[in-house]
Amino acid sequence: MEKNLILAGVGGQGILSIAFVIDNAALDAGYQFKQAEVHGMSQRGGAVQSHLRYADHPIHSDLIPTGRVDMVLSVEPLEVLRYWKTLSPEGWVVSSITPYINIPDYPDMDELLTQLVSFPSVVLVDAGKIAQAAGNLRAQNMATLGAASPLLDFDDEQLLKYVRVLFGAKGEKIVAVNEKAYRYGKAAGQFFRGLIEAGIAPLDAVWLTRRMDPATIDPAQAGRWARLASDKDALAAILEAGSDLDAARVGVPG
Amino acid sequence: MGREVLLGDEAVGLGAVHAGLTGIFGYPGTPSTEIFEFVERIARKRGDIEAHWSTNEKVAYEEALGVSWAGRRALVTMKHVGLNVAADAFMNSAVTGANGGLVLAVADDPGMHSSQNEQDSRYFAKFALIPCFEPRDQQACYDMTRDAYDLSEELGIPVMVRLVTRIAHSRSAVETVSEPRPQNPLEPAKDIRRWTLLPSNARVQYRILVEKQPELLRRAEESPYNVLELRGKRGIIACGITLNYALENLPRDHDWSILAIGQYPVPPEKLRRLVEHVDEVLVLEDGYPFVEEMLRGLFGLGMATVRGRLTGELPRTGELNPDLVRAGMGLPEVATAAQMDTTAASRPPTLCPGCPHTDTYKALNEALEIFTDPQVFSDIGCYTLGALPPLQAIHSCVDMGASISMAAGAAIAGYRPAVAVIGDSTFAHSGMTGLLSAIEQEANVNIVIVDNETVAMTGTQPSAATMETLDRIVLGLGIDPEHFRVITPVPKNHADNVRVFREELEHEGPSVIVARRACIEKIKRHR
Repeated sequence: MEKNLILAGVGGQGILSIAFVIDNAALDAGYQFKQAEVHGMSQRGGAVQSHLRYADHPIHSDLIPTGRVDMVLSVEPLEVLRYWKTLSPEGWVVSSITPYINIPDYPDMDELLTQLVSFPSVVLVDAGKIAQAAGNLRAQNMATLGAASPLLDFDDEQLLKYVRVLFGAKGEKIVAVNEKAYRYGKAAGQFFRGLIEAGIAPLDAVWLTRRMDPATIDPAQAGRWARLASDKDALAAILEAGSDLDAARVGVPG
Repeated sequence: MGREVLLGDEAVGLGAVHAGLTGIFGYPGTPSTEIFEFVERIARKRGDIEAHWSTNEKVAYEEALGVSWAGRRALVTMKHVGLNVAADAFMNSAVTGANGGLVLAVADDPGMHSSQNEQDSRYFAKFALIPCFEPRDQQACYDMTRDAYDLSEELGIPVMVRLVTRIAHSRSAVETVSEPRPQNPLEPAKDIRRWTLLPSNARVQYRILVEKQPELLRRAEESPYNVLELRGKRGIIACGITLNYALENLPRDHDWSILAIGQYPVPPEKLRRLVEHVDEVLVLEDGYPFVEEMLRGLFGLGMATVRGRLTGELPRTGELNPDLVRAGMGLPEVATAAQMDTTAASRPPTLCPGCPHTDTYKALNEALEIFTDPQVFSDIGCYTLGALPPLQAIHSCVDMGASISMAAGAAIAGYRPAVAVIGDSTFAHSGMTGLLSAIEQEANVNIVIVDNETVAMTGTQPSAATMETLDRIVLGLGIDPEHFRVITPVPKNHADNVRVFREELEHEGPSVIVARRACIEKIKRHR
């Protein structure tokens, strides 16, 4: 077993916090790991990345060779494009779609999303919305980690243990917010994949996942939503009524 | 045995602590800063280790040499270009030699992630005739640093540990010793001739240093960090971290013959055995082609074909990585996933929202509008980012302190306006002497000291010359108090600040304008 991740984002978004959680979970699980990070000038609002590798055997290089990246895990959608050419043929993209716009030539959002969904093995969540629902916009990193978690090799407790360690010094409230962001992010990611696997068009899956309340989004219902999505008018009516499938009492085959 | 998750930098720091460190000194500089910061945290807890940021690398080196003189173990940390500043102390410390163990941990920056050049400190080790360790991983950072202290005391000379960015800033688990070595007692050096490098003494000392060289070679030859494994007819010499890049691309049962180098001087016998065994040898170095050049010599080797950075198999400049090494080894590319061919808009680093430098530069830019295409000399720090759009306020950045001295030189050459922008810590590091000269020379310069009360770029370390201290230094150096101005760079003061700049630009002779407002990152961190 060997897992190679590129964590991506913009300086200040908390890439190294994601790395801390996975590093320690990997160590607890008995894996070897290496994790290269960026310090210094680039941290001032520039593009940052961290190469994180864990395996059940010794790891040589701190940097992941091109073609051996299993996942690009990005807290920012544009940043995915910087690294996804290094993905292995079986690799995944897990990204937030909340843009961090601090450059004049940031691409058109619809175009960017179209590019991202052209990649089949993708999980996209609105980490900004999720973090806000969890109680703090800064928790976008943990929301994205949550979305990626089903593709990692740890259960929730193994990861959340270090979310608590990481934020422990900042008080119970911050811990709770980040834990919540992780769980909401995970649910949103699973819901998104559920829609894709049920055959819904990827851009519609992005749109629909985004419309859901992060606190109540239910991956188990993804299949029903996907079937509903073929009828745009019915879908709009349900979303209008509060995105509760059962309360809306439409005849969706269970 | 314990196990800790450490950056390469931190592993060097912990190695020093476990080797019985008494004092650490340094000046912040990426990618070396975390060595000091890690030891500082331990020092604060334990209370029996001295950790001090110094005003510059030369001062730091001399303080470490003083600890060594006193018989105790010292660590001095800096980035590669910092060693240029410390070079006088460094070169001569090889001649005096060390009393207590003296280790220089210097972090090079191949690829220039955060630097203005990618000079290779191994040349400095060779230049000074001292041993150098180059770790390949975090464990080696820890082990080599401990060994470096023993070697320093056994041979009586300083020892270098050379890191590169990728090892300095990469994290992994490190096995640590269960019983750290105690500190040395205070036992000052008594041999006055050794420490007083008058020519008559220095000739003796230099001869002693030269006579130690065969022993250095013998140690390198026997070093467990220089590992020769002879297999097939294709050879690799892998220095430091590059061994990992080679092994990453090879199956366990590969047929390459490999010499891994982790301790310098280069071991000639091991090198000879490899070269005689193989038909061709690829030299992997994360830095300059130091070994490659040595191996090739002026007329080539006459035995195996030598390949590397000088022959185009590897790029002549920049950081190595597993992909470049793979290509250099002639192995096929690894298949990647198919996705849209896109390029991402670049996202360079920027000054933080609300940064005081932004307000200073906006005012300075406006004040300079009366001149045609004014060029502003600047220096090294966060404020160097003012060179990029949208501000584009500065037009030079060469080395620590160069802003003031270059502006003075340009002024003397007749250039007007000769404006320098320098930070408070950079001013303490290397700006003070330049200012004193400019004042003495009555150069027509306008020096802007952007005082944000901290060393911001490297993570808000304390600045040695800020606030009242800075003011007293500037006035003490002899600036006319009428042309010493202090402004507060905030948007609402913009018009006033432009006026202050204009007034001083009109003045013939040196002036200093301090733009003072705390770094917002510092306020956040030290809240």
